[in-house]
Amino acid sequence: MLAYTDRIKEIARALLTDCRVELVIGFRKGTVPMMNEPCFINSPDEADQLVWDSNCGINLANYLANRTEKIGIVAKGCDSRNIATHIIENKIGRDQLFIIGVPCQGMIDRRKVNAMFDGEVREVVESDGLVTVRGADFEKSFEKSELLQQNCSVCTHRNPVIFDEMAADPVDEQQGVDRYADVREIEAMDPQQRWDAFEKLLAPCIRCYACRNACPLCYCPTCFVDEARPQWVGKSQNPVDVRTFHFLRAYHCAGRCTDCGACERACPVGINMRVFTKKLEKDCFESFGWEAGLSPDVRPPLDTYRPEDPDDFIK
Amino acid sequence: MEMIKIDKKDWNKGLDRSRKTYRLVGPVKRAGEDLAGFYELADKEHPDMGAADTVLSAKSVVYPQTEVMFRYTTDKNSPDCNRLKRPAADYSPRAVIGIRPYDAAAILMLKKNFDTPDYRDPYWCDAYEACTFVGLAVDAPSSTDFSTSTGSGPFSEKGLDVLLVDMAGHYLAKVLTDKGAAYMKAAGWQRAADAKAAAQQIEKKKKAAEALIVSSVSFDKIARKSILDLYKADFWDDVAFSCINCGTCTYVCPTCWCFDIQDESKGKTGVRYKNWDSCMYPLFSLHGSGHNPRGTKTMRARQRFMHKLKYFLDKYDDGIMCVGCGRCVRSCPVNIDIRRVCELMNRYGPDPDACAV
Repeated sequence: MLAYTDRIKEIARALLTDCRVELVIGFRKGTVPMMNEPCFINSPDEADQLVWDSNCGINLANYLANRTEKIGIVAKGCDSRNIATHIIENKIGRDQLFIIGVPCQGMIDRRKVNAMFDGEVREVVESDGLVTVRGADFEKSFEKSELLQQNCSVCTHRNPVIFDEMAADPVDEQQGVDRYADVREIEAMDPQQRWDAFEKLLAPCIRCYACRNACPLCYCPTCFVDEARPQWVGKSQNPVDVRTFHFLRAYHCAGRCTDCGACERACPVGINMRVFTKKLEKDCFESFGWEAGLSPDVRPPLDTYRPEDPDDFIK
Repeated sequence: MEMIKIDKKDWNKGLDRSRKTYRLVGPVKRAGEDLAGFYELADKEHPDMGAADTVLSAKSVVYPQTEVMFRYTTDKNSPDCNRLKRPAADYSPRAVIGIRPYDAAAILMLKKNFDTPDYRDPYWCDAYEACTFVGLAVDAPSSTDFSTSTGSGPFSEKGLDVLLVDMAGHYLAKVLTDKGAAYMKAAGWQRAADAKAAAQQIEKKKKAAEALIVSSVSFDKIARKSILDLYKADFWDDVAFSCINCGTCTYVCPTCWCFDIQDESKGKTGVRYKNWDSCMYPLFSLHGSGHNPRGTKTMRARQRFMHKLKYFLDKYDDGIMCVGCGRCVRSCPVNIDIRRVCELMNRYGPDPDACAV
């Protein structure tokens, strides 16, 4: 996976040298362990800044909405699905993009790694599927598969679904993955248990909206929680308003969410709000056989009408 | 300056004794959280003095994220019709145990905003005056701690009433104010330590802790640069590109003080709240006309850094509006790093110290 970096740099440099794009969106090395920073470069000399490793969990499709330039963009599986979704939703044109496809083997769960050690994690190095975590007075190596973000561990679309050039050969997709074990656990609860579980889940929320803003789907010019005329949701820490935000945000993502994990990764207080979006993702899969963003040419089930719809309510 | 030795076996007992006259606040882990936060302690609860630093700062102790300012009714049958009534709140003495020195220094920065010769925010000031800050010196600063270069530091006494230094079997308590002395008395910690020896031990630990600091910022040239030059600098697009305009940096920050005022009414009654606000939000500067003078994310990200590192510095001539706790560096979902931005600003344009040729 680390060897991708050189190939990404080469492709980006060539694109900018030949003026085929105005900028390339990718990652540069971060300033703290397990973090890289999304960046853009607009000259071939800057291509050396670009990096790729298992700390590129931010979904770069988030940086595309409404841009007007010709853009090169580095995209792993989930990013590419959100790019496809953007294309369907007219947030960017396919002809504006040169997609540098990156086969992905999952991203490291930063929070999980930090929580494993009492002391501060100072350095995380990976090589050949092995990840070594170092602190001032400890060092431990792991198989990368032990440290993956939960969404990556159940991902079945690691390879980009659309691309113009691949940075490497495709990787094997994971087979026989149980994608929805966590959702079924919640479905099995009775309403009171579920209510309690959601209350506990959302208790630490500080309404910083990092989950919403890290999500490529959340591009509304004015979000319903920010709307003032009329004001739909209160702005205090009242649990009713906090819940309203999370539940409604999830519904707005129904049939669009790719479970890229950007929301959970962004949360400063460690809330797994993916349980909401994933339930809707599961419903879409089970009801319509739908997985979001697999093609820019197929419209999602929740914005299509078919006369032959098997359900009665529509007739 | 009085030095007191507190045996660790007397620690919880002293805290419990002080509960007769103080409400206690301290770092504890609550359900669903990875790390501790500052909360009012329940009856048998004791602060987790060994915990890693809290994700959120201790500012909420004096400045809660949501606070009711007043309630009102327009019901003509009510004796309180058309009166704005500040709700009763508990401003009895509270002791903030285990606050980090940089967080205490930050509370003094907040004071510059909430307690001025012209305006006194009663909510903030009443809470502040109720507090006694019993800080814990930081022995092992994190790699993102740059507090020594902001005028604070792992053993800083700014804003504290007592500084505790962990000496393994006991704490050495440096009593800094009358408020601090009153708390020590209430806790029954009265065993004087040899002042000279204790001061030496503390100094040694302080030097050791400061030597462990690996991060720093320089802002020595920023005061002499023009606001407009920095405002128009060419690096803002690069700095702000990754910014998703969430409120994380401002909410985890111990020095960010901006708030929004909201009315919530139902029928004839209503409540006015103060809520933390964030300059990262488009709504923060949206005018009633619909115009937004900070209409792009680059403008908003620039505002945050310009306020902290330039406007504040120019206005108060007392350093930057940052205590170097490193929380925003650790929590930013996209790794925007104030240390890098401060460096860019400090180095931008002609060097004011360069020799004229």
